[in-house]
Amino acid sequence: MKTNDVIIQFTAKIVFFIIFFFSIHIFLAGHYTPGGGFVGGLLTSSAVVLLVLAFDLNTVRKVLPINYTYLTAIGLLLAFATAAFPMFLGKPFFTHFFDYFDLPLLGKQSLHTAMLFDSGVYLVVVGVTMTIIQTIGEDE
Amino acid sequence: MLQVLYIFIPMLAAIFVPFLYKSIKNVHTGWFVLAVPATLAIIYASYIPKVADGEVFLEELPWIPSLDISIVSYIDGLSLLFSLLITGIGSLVVLYSIFYLDKHKEKLHNFYVYLLLFMTAMLGVVQSDHLITLYFFWELTSISSFLLIGYWYNRDASRLGALKSMMITVGGGLMMLGGFILLYLMGGTYSIRELIVMAPDLVEHPLFTWSLVLILLGAFTKSAQFPFYIWLPDAMEAPTPVSAYLHSATMVKAGIYLVARFTPIFAASELWVWLVTGVGILTLFWGSFFAVKQTDLKGILAFSTVSQLGLIMSLLGASAIAFHGNGATDTIKFAAFAAIFHLINHATFKGSLFMIAGIVDHETGTRDIRKLGGLMSIMPISFTVAAIGGLSMAGLPPFNGFLSKEMFLTAMLALQNFEFSGFETWGALFPIIAWVASIFTFIYSFYFVFRTFTGKYTPEKLPHKPHEAPFGMLISPMILAALVVTIFFIPNLVGDTFVKPAVQAIQPFLYDSPQDVDIHVSAWHGEITPELLMTIGIVIVGTLLFVALPKWQGIYQKFPRALTLNNVYDKIMLGLDVGLNRVSRLYMTGSMRHYLLYMFSSIAVIVLGSLFVKNAFSISFQDTAPIRPYEIILVVVLVIGTAITILAKSRLTAIIGLGAVGYTVALFFVIFNAPDLALTQLVIETISVALFLLAFYHLPKLGKREERMRFQLNRAIVSIAVGVMVTLLALSAQSQKLIPTISKYYEETVYSKAGGGNIVNVILVDYRGFDTLFEITVLAIAGMAILAMIKLRMNRKGKSHENK
Repeated sequence: MKTNDVIIQFTAKIVFFIIFFFSIHIFLAGHYTPGGGFVGGLLTSSAVVLLVLAFDLNTVRKVLPINYTYLTAIGLLLAFATAAFPMFLGKPFFTHFFDYFDLPLLGKQSLHTAMLFDSGVYLVVVGVTMTIIQTIGEDE
Repeated sequence: MLQVLYIFIPMLAAIFVPFLYKSIKNVHTGWFVLAVPATLAIIYASYIPKVADGEVFLEELPWIPSLDISIVSYIDGLSLLFSLLITGIGSLVVLYSIFYLDKHKEKLHNFYVYLLLFMTAMLGVVQSDHLITLYFFWELTSISSFLLIGYWYNRDASRLGALKSMMITVGGGLMMLGGFILLYLMGGTYSIRELIVMAPDLVEHPLFTWSLVLILLGAFTKSAQFPFYIWLPDAMEAPTPVSAYLHSATMVKAGIYLVARFTPIFAASELWVWLVTGVGILTLFWGSFFAVKQTDLKGILAFSTVSQLGLIMSLLGASAIAFHGNGATDTIKFAAFAAIFHLINHATFKGSLFMIAGIVDHETGTRDIRKLGGLMSIMPISFTVAAIGGLSMAGLPPFNGFLSKEMFLTAMLALQNFEFSGFETWGALFPIIAWVASIFTFIYSFYFVFRTFTGKYTPEKLPHKPHEAPFGMLISPMILAALVVTIFFIPNLVGDTFVKPAVQAIQPFLYDSPQDVDIHVSAWHGEITPELLMTIGIVIVGTLLFVALPKWQGIYQKFPRALTLNNVYDKIMLGLDVGLNRVSRLYMTGSMRHYLLYMFSSIAVIVLGSLFVKNAFSISFQDTAPIRPYEIILVVVLVIGTAITILAKSRLTAIIGLGAVGYTVALFFVIFNAPDLALTQLVIETISVALFLLAFYHLPKLGKREERMRFQLNRAIVSIAVGVMVTLLALSAQSQKLIPTISKYYEETVYSKAGGGNIVNVILVDYRGFDTLFEITVLAIAGMAILAMIKLRMNRKGKSHENK
């Protein structure tokens, strides 16, 4: 990388957090407004990609020591487990549950098992895109 | 709930095995695994008293209710007996494997994961009352046994043996699935219990014979019946604990189970009786005859298993005559009893013999019977166990094999007395073949035991200096050998608790409860019976032939290799390989252009053709919205972007052009009120442009290889056709709305049914969750594939660097 990219590196650090929190927001908002696991995951990876472009792969790997193949596996497992869980209650595969709960600090909120499934999607999307980008970027 | 869960306990336990293996190094992983089958065995044992009284247990867990598919666990006498064999022998095998497989040298985590997977599959097979789930578990046994047989995957023979067993058993399984579907078409239910009830009506159905033959193909391939047995000897490449488990007690008996389970449905057919009995007795003879040819200890046992499975099969076939009523006397009713009884006996003695073969291999380093001999004084305990198992296999008292063999002979003798479907004339063949086959059984049993343990001791031929096996390795075969003797002395206890409930399950029309099965096993009937005379004949002729074995064993060498079934299999496999290779080479040219040409032209032909056939060209512009000026602008941008992408001289320009196209499409989504899609499209565009930039550095320059493209008419035709197709498709889809759009339904139910507000996302995670689930699975697989491709290439590069 070039030496005089201080500005892009500094901006990238800040923008990374903005995009990252926005992606979390988008992910959580998914059930009622535009968003969801797919977009959220993609946004998160694009935030990491921004870091990769500003710095380089090895630096990013040191800062975020995440094994993305594991992340993919965990996400897939979570998705399958959420789908399979109702079977143990005698309900068909992929039955979702939801209700409203009064949570401390947050007040009345709705909780969905669909959300768990969606986080599986989120993790898989992040895992796979980052795996691909990392392997292709490394191939030198 | 619990009963279904028991089936899956081994599979769930398998998840923890790799972690245990990696984190706890100094304890053999087998000790943890042992707890699983042992616990299950105790659980299933608690069912025994109630099942022996004739109770059945049924539990259903819906799986895909809309397709009428559920996991049904049905425990009656038959399935309980098998479940006990699977978990009981399973525990002993795991115990044995702890001492057999070295914890430092072997990949234990792989081994036990496969083994536990197999256990779940087997339990599922024997307890499923649902045809589709039965098939599911059935193929799962094929897959997990493939992994187990190929456990030492760096040996060619293991891989080939695993492949062979999978090709044959999965092929048979597919046939069986066909038979199941036919049964469903006839009876309208997947439940085996319900099919049994309606069995009398099914016989008349024209599809009945087809389904019978197809299901029998499944059973015969799995149980290694003639001519499908050829996979079993090759499967001996598996580690010995696997052989002892899969090839004596469990997997090969799945076919027996299937025949037993379907007997009430199909027994009314004469074809069933002839096929099952005929193939069984032929297999019995064939297997016992060729067992004497083998020189590998496990080879002998493999052929012996083939032959004994044939014996059980022929008994089941004979028991089906009881359903025909006419002339079916009490003698034939106990063919079913004999089959089940022999099944238990076979599991005990064959299991112990396999373990002994493994011990001999482990301690001397060879299984070649020509090198072995005189081990009796060095390995006295092993010899004792081998002698008990061997003599039981030969059908001698005081071992359990004697009892079931007597009953087998009685049943075969009874066959000639029936006035039924040609049995009055051809039936006489059965006792003769059975007798000859029993002589060979006697010979190979003696051959196995006495060639190994008596005779001249030749230490110079052995790779290791032999000594008695460690005690832990001997526990399991000793327990089995003890059972062999115990069952001989208390056959009726075993008969009442295990065999009679199973018999009642096989012949539900004849008995109301297990107690009605009026059969008493006794070693000595107080008189000289024909079968006793036959046994004496077997012993005399068998001993003479065994002593004279070196003189006549040479006849096996005269058998031309070209005529063997293995040769036929090899020829078929080779022919398929070469033929299919030739076919794929025709279209797999390696050129992307060709592939795209095939794909696009076939899509265009199919879609345009169906549009033409269905006369779907009537296009109306009534409902279309007015075209707004900025839409025209966007279209122009889109066209320019596309043109730039194609015509650009530098790659960077092309990437930017492509990006422009993508962002414009996203803008279209925004205009047409699809924020979700727009959002996703935008992010994807960003990431893919970033990916391109990452890869950019490595790609060759475009300009250097520039050449004048010749105009090719066929490509022009295909491109125009695809363009026309897409346009027409869009227009006619818009013009013809026969059914109201589904979006109304989503709008109405998205809150009440799914508790959400964003239709797109709720569709993704709820309405069409299956879609998403498989989508992310595909995504994950694609990611892994890219990782594997690039990482593997890098590793190879790294290695070649080292070599330099």
